Amino acid sequence: MPIQSLNGALRALLLVAIFFAGVWSQSSGVIEDFLWYLPDVQYLAIQHLWLTAISGGLAILVAIPLGIVLSRPSMARWAESLMQVLNVGTTIPTLAVLALSMSFLGIGAVPAIFGLFVATLLPITRNTYAGLKGVDPALMEAAAGIGMSSTQRLMRVELPNALYVIFAGMRTALTINVGTVPLAFLIGAGGLGELIFTGIDLYDPVMMLSGAIPTALLAIVVDALIATVAFLVVPRGVNPSRA
Amino acid sequence: MIQLDNLTKVFDTPEGAVVAADHISLEVPSGEICILLGPSGCGKTTTLKMINRIVTPTSGKVFISGEDTTDMNTQDLRRNIGYVIQQIGLFPNMTIEENITIVPKLLGWDKAKYKARAREMMAMISMEPDAFLKRFPSELSGGQQQRIGVARALAADPPVMLMDEPFGAIDPINRAVIQDEFLKMQQELNKTIMFVSHDIDEAIKMGDRVAIFREGKLVQHSSPDDLLAAPKNAFVESFLGEDRALKRLNLVKVEEVVSDEIATVSPGDTLETALARIEDYGYQNAILMVNDRRQPVGLITRAKARTTKGYCRDHFESVPGTVTLDDDLRKVASLMFSQDATWLPCVDDQGRVCGQITQRAMTHHLGSRFRAREAAARKPDSAVKE
Repeated sequence: MPIQSLNGALRALLLVAIFFAGVWSQSSGVIEDFLWYLPDVQYLAIQHLWLTAISGGLAILVAIPLGIVLSRPSMARWAESLMQVLNVGTTIPTLAVLALSMSFLGIGAVPAIFGLFVATLLPITRNTYAGLKGVDPALMEAAAGIGMSSTQRLMRVELPNALYVIFAGMRTALTINVGTVPLAFLIGAGGLGELIFTGIDLYDPVMMLSGAIPTALLAIVVDALIATVAFLVVPRGVNPSRA
Repeated sequence: MIQLDNLTKVFDTPEGAVVAADHISLEVPSGEICILLGPSGCGKTTTLKMINRIVTPTSGKVFISGEDTTDMNTQDLRRNIGYVIQQIGLFPNMTIEENITIVPKLLGWDKAKYKARAREMMAMISMEPDAFLKRFPSELSGGQQQRIGVARALAADPPVMLMDEPFGAIDPINRAVIQDEFLKMQQELNKTIMFVSHDIDEAIKMGDRVAIFREGKLVQHSSPDDLLAAPKNAFVESFLGEDRALKRLNLVKVEEVVSDEIATVSPGDTLETALARIEDYGYQNAILMVNDRRQPVGLITRAKARTTKGYCRDHFESVPGTVTLDDDLRKVASLMFSQDATWLPCVDDQGRVCGQITQRAMTHHLGSRFRAREAAARKPDSAVKE
């Protein structure tokens, strides 16, 4: 099997490369340098995650009800224009949003959380709205026809069938959120951005990377975490990853 | 029983008001299936959906079991009407069991009762409860899904069912099977059913009565046989198709046409006797030979009887086929055409000859209704209106 042997060869090559990278980083003392930042990384990563948790949590709490309200038939006339307003909102770069929120909320965690909240709001709202609007009209007619009230239709039919799409929105939004938190350092909210931006200013790549690499790892972990929750929460019949 | 009283729906569109259903008055007696039939856009689906208020009527009333539904709570009304739609609309996030038990749950049944009901429904639609109840709709074939759709509608045992082209999306072979199963269920359940279809053959097969719609108006409401025998106007006639007399073959049973006068010979008779009997009864080409239990065993042809001497038992030919009193004329016609026969012996449950059915009798029976209508049309005072 040529492909399998090729795969095996690549894997072996990768192991060898990792081994030599380890040998080199040990002998040149880079590992020592990184480890020197470990206490900082631990402290800042927790701060980082708090910023994500609070801004992301608030965004979820606001965005999902907002998406639900916009998807109601009585809102149909306003929904599309409101979605456009939110779309325009996202085109503003997060850095500009942070600068704006700093100009009326001052510096520190509060304006940072507000800025991150705004950036995270839209993808979740949009996916909630799209997910609910995308539920097959035949299902809605069947649900109405067997005598479900509009609340029962929402809770038992619409939300369960839109849940996968809603979770996809949360995944995108929170991953972007983790990646955006470093900017919060610029308005004095801390987080791993402290190591990244200070490292850039001091021409210290080790310092910069000891902020950047944990940020990337956090984003991956958050993404995997939400994927796992989605896997467990979305009903089996409408969950493509459990089909 | 479902009664519609001057039910009307007017849609406001940018091009002006469109009357989708125009003063529809209709009555479906308890335990009957009424088919709403017509081309698309004729108002049949709108009429159906006004009964459970998926479409709000502009004016008019709906009575169910004699009760005016106008002031009923919409949810209560719908929970007591089974509803089956063409797209099936099973909830993909729920298991088959959850889908079937949803209306009982809405009605507040206790758990043991609705769980038992789910198994009962599965048995009714001949699907294995243990194999299917825990599965999801996406794991089932289209035909199986629509069976579950019917089971869901029947789960709370509503007296009335509305079905909107329920078997329209199923392939023809499965459709025929499901139609037969459904008719068999209906014989036991005796639901009052309103059923939308655009398929004339389905209407004739399923309907106790058929209501033909055109441009929002009810054109004709009668039994399938009356409809085919006496279409009210040119539209109904063209909608039913040129072969509507043939379609009636499905609806007429042998017992309505059979003549119990049939001469036979027994194996012990001579060919002379057979010839005499053929002449006496004026048979064209043959006479039936029966054994002592009156079961048909052979044919003695006129030619053979005239040219040969001997006993019937030595000179018979095989019987082309027999029909029973319960068969429909379509089967009889098919058998006659394939066997090149102008008559067939008719037998009872024990296989004993009880009469004969001739092509002449069949065409006479089918034609008599047409002639009666023409005669009526010639008399101005009793002319068919329209």
